[in-house]
Amino acid sequence: MTSLNFEAIFQSKIDDEVKIEPKDWMPDAYRKTLIRQISQHAHSEIVGMLPEGNWITRAPSLRRKLILLAKVQDEAGHGLYLYSAAETLGADRDDLVQQLLTGKAKYSSIFNYPTLNWADIGAIGWLVDGAAITNQVMLTRTSYGPYARAMVRICKEESFHQRQGYELMMAMAFGSPEQKAMAQDSLNRWWWPALMMFGPHDSDSPHSDQALKWKIKRKSNDELRQNFVDVTVPQAEYLGLTVPDPDLRWNEERGHYDFGKINWDEFWSVVKGNGPCNRQRIQARTKAYEDGAWVREAAMAHAEKKEQRKMQPEAASKAA
Amino acid sequence: MKKEWPLWEIFIRSKSGLNHKHVGSLHAADAEMALENARDLYTRRNEGVSIWVVESKHITASDPDDSDPLFEPARDKVYRHPTFYTVPDEVSHM
Repeated sequence: MTSLNFEAIFQSKIDDEVKIEPKDWMPDAYRKTLIRQISQHAHSEIVGMLPEGNWITRAPSLRRKLILLAKVQDEAGHGLYLYSAAETLGADRDDLVQQLLTGKAKYSSIFNYPTLNWADIGAIGWLVDGAAITNQVMLTRTSYGPYARAMVRICKEESFHQRQGYELMMAMAFGSPEQKAMAQDSLNRWWWPALMMFGPHDSDSPHSDQALKWKIKRKSNDELRQNFVDVTVPQAEYLGLTVPDPDLRWNEERGHYDFGKINWDEFWSVVKGNGPCNRQRIQARTKAYEDGAWVREAAMAHAEKKEQRKMQPEAASKAA
Repeated sequence: MKKEWPLWEIFIRSKSGLNHKHVGSLHAADAEMALENARDLYTRRNEGVSIWVVESKHITASDPDDSDPLFEPARDKVYRHPTFYTVPDEVSHM
């Protein structure tokens, strides 16, 4: 069979909604695109632990601390589900980690913004996880089986993340005037970066068509962004907070909210490494990786020694 | 001498009476650590009552390119299914 035939069979499976599984034939570009996308997604989960981890020791109550700990632990779990999905495509875990640390691989730019006040923890759950869920719900139907399955697990857990965030925002927005001001400040800072999470406009997104044809994605960046705005604006209204966009208004004709221009210069500047916290995030990951090196080596050496003892119990006992 | 922790495949029994089912994989230095990590990674919300871990290299998988000849023999044996047989309506419990 020629590779053209393989490609035709592959595309017809995609068109018929048959999932692609690890050992199935797939075009190299499909494999490469998925490894890039899944690993970036995994890196985002791991780096995403940092802005929230910043508040664990300062959570205002034991209840909030437990919730935040559980959430950050979930993000670690999500990163691991995704790394293991990328590995089913032949990627090597250590290579992926190196790509993050050397800056070769990107992660979601949203995590390069700082968490300045406690309400930011609410805003992250509500807006950042809300935006992530919009994207991830679509990805539960992505064409690659292991990625879709990881997404199903992740979406189940993200729902708790978003709800705890909104509940925290409610506590702040309905609290003292100072608390409400903190909530508003936090919405002001997170709103636009959350909209940027969906990526460039469709007209500026060169890979989108192929990703849609392969059903890696099923909705365009702009469609997802519009969905997010439409569901989130009424949630902000309920909180009595103002979305920081003077152009935001309901468009009766379209049945959607119109919203203002996104500052793409800021977006690209953060992507290129010049956001408020890019360096700090990678430094923290590098430190964790380097500080953990001896643990990884010691655990491996210990496992090998145990294995040897099992193989030669007599020799080991004599040596002892 | 850098050596990565090997990859393990994780199977979880979600409750007594059901099969263990593959849920994903993880890295661990040995089987014991794989079990502990699987507990933390795949059962944070009571998803399981029992865990199996198998080092990935020990799994032999069928080749999807051979799936036609592999599964074809079952395809033309419709007589293995109860629907192949006609039983009159007045005969019950069958």
